[in-house]
Parts: sequence; C-alpha cells; structure tokens
Amino acid sequence: MLRFENVGLRYGLGPEVLRDLTFAIEPNSFQFLTGPSGAGKTSLLRLMFLALKPTRGLVRVFGRDILTLPQRELPGLRRRIGVVFQDFRLLDHMTTYENVALPLRVAGRDESSYRAEVVELLGWVGLGERLDALPLVLSGGEKQRAAIARALVAQPEMLLADEPTGNVDPQLARRILRLFVELHKSGTSVVIATHDIALMDLYDAKRLVLHEGRLHVYE
Amino acid sequence: MSAKHGAAPAERRDGREGAARKPAIPKAAGSKSKAAASGPTRRMGPIVPASSVSGNTLIMVIAIMTYLAALTVGAADLVRRTADDWARDVVRETTIQIRPAEGRDMDASVARAAEIGRSAAGVVDVRPYSKQETARLLEPWLGTGLSFDDLPIPRLVVLRLSGETPFDAVALKEKLEREVPGATLDDHRRFLDRLVAMARTIVWLGVGVLALMLTATVLSVVFATRGAMAGNRDIVQVLHFVGARDGYIAGQFQRRFLRLGLKGGLAGGIAAFLTFMVAGFTAEQGVGSAAVDQMDALFGRFQVGASAYAGVVAIVLLIAALTSITSRVTVYRTLRAMN
Repeated sequence: MLRFENVGLRYGLGPEVLRDLTFAIEPNSFQFLTGPSGAGKTSLLRLMFLALKPTRGLVRVFGRDILTLPQRELPGLRRRIGVVFQDFRLLDHMTTYENVALPLRVAGRDESSYRAEVVELLGWVGLGERLDALPLVLSGGEKQRAAIARALVAQPEMLLADEPTGNVDPQLARRILRLFVELHKSGTSVVIATHDIALMDLYDAKRLVLHEGRLHVYE
Repeated sequence: MSAKHGAAPAERRDGREGAARKPAIPKAAGSKSKAAASGPTRRMGPIVPASSVSGNTLIMVIAIMTYLAALTVGAADLVRRTADDWARDVVRETTIQIRPAEGRDMDASVARAAEIGRSAAGVVDVRPYSKQETARLLEPWLGTGLSFDDLPIPRLVVLRLSGETPFDAVALKEKLEREVPGATLDDHRRFLDRLVAMARTIVWLGVGVLALMLTATVLSVVFATRGAMAGNRDIVQVLHFVGARDGYIAGQFQRRFLRLGLKGGLAGGIAAFLTFMVAGFTAEQGVGSAAVDQMDALFGRFQVGASAYAGVVAIVLLIAALTSITSRVTVYRTLRAMN
C-alpha cells in the first residue's frame, strides 16, 4: 500500500530531517507514529500524503513511485488517502456538512448522491445536530470529529491522522481512538501520529518511533 | 513493542460513548434510495468565499478600464465614419474656385465656369454659388452683419460627380485655366487624403490605446488573482489534500473572477453608453449654433453609430472573458509553483 526505502528528506539546503527510512504500511493495518516533538512526524506524514517529495530514496504509494508520478495523477492517489490535520484545516466559510462533503464535491459527485452518506457519517461521529454550524462555533472536539469525518467520507484505503487527540480531553481522545479502531476493522489502514503514550496504550498496535530523523519499528 | 495493553481497552472504556453506539462505519450511505429519501438538495456555498477576493477594488478597476476602452472605441468609430464620409465626399464633389481680380466680371466668369463644368464628363450637377451664398459660408468665421462687397471673396461652383462615369479632373483643370481667368479646379483630393490618412492614424492609435488598456486590465487581474490565491492558500491546500485537481481549483477561482469581470465590464459599458447618449443629445441640442455647425462641418455630426455600441458590448464581453481566462492561467501557474 505504501512503501519507503532509504528515504531521506531535507528542506532546502538544511540538514536531513528524515534519514534512511525503510518501512511499509500494509493493507488493513493499524499503527501509531510517535516520537518526541521535532522528530519529524509531521514531515513523514506529509511525505505519506504526497504533500512532499523525498530528497532521496524511493516512496511507492499504491504501487506508484511518487518521484516519477505525473502531477496530474496525484489527485487520484490523494483521494485514496484520508488525512486528519492537527489543526483540523476546516474551511471557516463552510458549514460542517459542506466541509465534510468537500472530498465528494471535488470528486464531481452530485450533492443529491452523497447527502445521505454525509448526514449519516456526521451522525456517526456525533455531529448529527451540527450540520449547519460553521467551524467557528464548533468546540475543539467537534472540529476534530468534523475533520475526521471529512477524512473518512470518501472511504479512503488509508487514513493518516496527525495528533488527532492533541486538542481534546482524555475522554474524547478515547472516543476518537474508538472511531479509528472501527475504521481499521472495516478494512482501512490507519496511521495515527501522536506523542500521547496513554493513547497508544489503549490499543495494541504497531508503533513507528521516530528519533532524530530515524525510524524504529516496534511490532 | 510487545508490552501492549490488549486490544480491548478502547472498546472497554468507551462502551458508553458515541462511537460505540454505532459500531459499524456507515458504508451503504451512498445508495440511491437513501439519497433520494434524504430530502431536497442542499444549496452548497462557494468553495472560494466572495469576501476573500478583493472584489470591489477589482470591479472598480475593470469598470474604469472598460469605460475608457469603450470611449476609445466610440471615438475611433466616430473618426473612422467621418473619414469615410470625407472619402465619399471626395468622390462625389469637386469645386471650381474663381479668384477675384481688378476689372474681372465675376458673374460672367462664374457662368462660364459652370458651363464648362456642365459639359465635362462625369458631372451630373453644377451649382454656382451666388455672392450672397458665398458670404453665408463665411459667416461662421467672420460673423454676421458684415458687408462683403469690399472683400475679395472668391466665388465657387460646386460640381456633383456621378461616381460612375470617369471624371477627368486634369482635362477640366486645363480647360478652365485656358478659358476662365482666375479659375482653378479645387482639387481637394490631396487635402482630404491627408485628413483621411490622419483620421486612420487616429483610429490605429485608438487600437493601440485599447490594447494598452486591455493589457493593464489583464495585469490588474493577475495581481488580484495572486492576492486571492495568497489569501486563500489554506483553502487551496485543503482542496489539494482532498484530491481536487488543478483544473477544479482553477475553475473555482475562474468562476469568481468571471463574475467580477462581468460586473465591472457591465458597469463600465453602461457608463460609456450613457456618455455616448448624453454627448449625442447635447450635440443635437446645439444644432444651429455656429460652433456646432462648424464642428459638424469639420468632424461630422457627433453621433456614435451602432457599430460603436456593438463595439462596447464586445469590449464588455472581451474584458469579462480576459478576466476569467487570466485568473485561470494565473491560478494554474501559482498551483504549479506551490506543487
């Protein structure tokens, strides 16, 4: 599904922030990506959701080498990956419903074809009563769940979440983890970047630990 | 890492919470029946918010540019039509001028010149101007109430040409010089040719000014689009991450800018229409006054033709299209740079 071989990344002429990464995200797998702040978790996630290209090494996403992938084919791959950002990245001028429906809208689907789907998903994440609310009036937890719903709505094959519980209380963190576990059980590969040890202890899963730009995998 | 706390904790601890109430992720929601049962289509807001584009400023710039471009089109059209009229007049008419001289019988000379004119091939009508008529022609310059008896005013004989039978100006000129002392065939072709050439130069200058204005409009739109892209960078990034193609993102901005271009273009176009109408009305009101008559004589009646109005409509559409296309191209370029 996603394979890194001897991948290195540097920004401009700076030092390598990621070095010699070799690992794979298998289909229907669940893993935590962890490490101290500044270890490169977000950079690695950005490589994984095709926002960056490596400065060296091989990255294959769904069997395609992203260094040789034509620009026009990137959107097709991105649609197979759901991303939950640490800062949610909800569009403030759109309602919760519109934000969550965005991936389906940009895919060119007619609103009537996905309305029930989006409403049901919003109900599933506990935002059934907040369809028309703007992000500005949502609480941190609600924003987080809206961001998760947006990442899930197109039923991606892989879900990447950057500190999805970083802004919520422990109770909501457990609830959000529960959402990801359910998603994993339904066949999606899940990568959760977090430095919350307590959260990782809640679920038995592979851990990818980044330290000083290098990755250590603990099965 | 083997020291895990088992797979159950999340389920165990969150058994009462929202996600656990519905353990299965909704997958079948896309079915047609459910979609159909979910009520009427929701109206989706724009992806690029109107407030994020400096719309009013751009509308004003586009309106001003359209207005100036439309005025240029109107002026060029006026000059072009006047030049065409002049050119037609050259073909239609020519004038015999008889200069006064001591002891010259001007009336006899005029009569003889008219006779010669009448016998020339290609002349369909001859109109000798009387002394009073000639004096009236000078009124716009010299005013009324003057006695022209003491002034050495040349006399005119206007020949109207058929335009179909060839008119031999050289032969007529020679015959007049031979038979009517002081008579010359006023060959104003050269003079009018120069005026026509000047008028055409003005038209081309207008085209040049128009091109500069359109370029300035395009540059304004480029700056506005770049500003909008910078202001909406977050939106563009999110669109990328959810799998939007560059064409889709460009389309969102293009739609917004097309609307701005149409609004600005229409405002400028309507202002130009009103200006043409007010100017035409004002000129109409002044008919009969010496100044307006003189302007009419030189430049023709100030009346913008249908072609100018059509030109203004074309300018409005062109500027709207340019705005739309420019924003699309700029978005593509910016996206390429972002990628």
